[in-house]
Amino acid sequence: MIDFSNPLHLLAYVVMAAGLAFDIVGCIGLVRLPDVYNRLQAATKCVTLGTFLILLGVVLRFGFGSMGWKALLCLWFIAMTSPTAAHAIARAAHRAGYPLWKGSVEDRYAEDDEGRKIAPAAAADRPKEA
Amino acid sequence: MTALEIVILMLGLSLCAFLCLFRALRGPTPADRTVSVDILGILMVGFCAVLTVATGKDLYMIVGLAWAHLAFVGSLALAKFLEGKSFDD
Repeated sequence: MIDFSNPLHLLAYVVMAAGLAFDIVGCIGLVRLPDVYNRLQAATKCVTLGTFLILLGVVLRFGFGSMGWKALLCLWFIAMTSPTAAHAIARAAHRAGYPLWKGSVEDRYAEDDEGRKIAPAAAADRPKEA
Repeated sequence: MTALEIVILMLGLSLCAFLCLFRALRGPTPADRTVSVDILGILMVGFCAVLTVATGKDLYMIVGLAWAHLAFVGSLALAKFLEGKSFDD
């Protein structure tokens, strides 16, 4: 099935398989973890790296042609914007007052001045210690 | 790239997309659904990359690039909406 003659193509297969594994692990984390922040944490990191590796596989497979440059641009854009979007969602969820999992031991943003100023009621009824 | 690898990659990414859809349908809070939609947008770029490898056309990579931009803007808009503010704030 796999042509072992070109080492770059073989490396592309390995990188894409690793990306798929990261995607699957991240989505299992999205389903299995207990609250919003844990799910965001697992899913965003793993799926970002997984898609990054799949696009890197496209670059390795096709070289710097018309597809490789577009894949490289898309890879850079994913690596820049996906953590930004995840941070925006986590901040919005915290400021809207979604509670943490009851086993969480620390909530630094609620102790912070900005977090207390924005949503004092939501920060007050949040459990302090697990 | 032979057909077997394409089928494996497509089935794996479909599994990921169905897990995301499960969380989007089941998610107890709106924040869970927002996270799930954000992740689904990133997964679709992976689908576009696999379609690029399968067909050898760069059209799908352009679609993936546009999809990445739109998913980012959509995630920011949904985060703003989740925060309970208007979009111009």
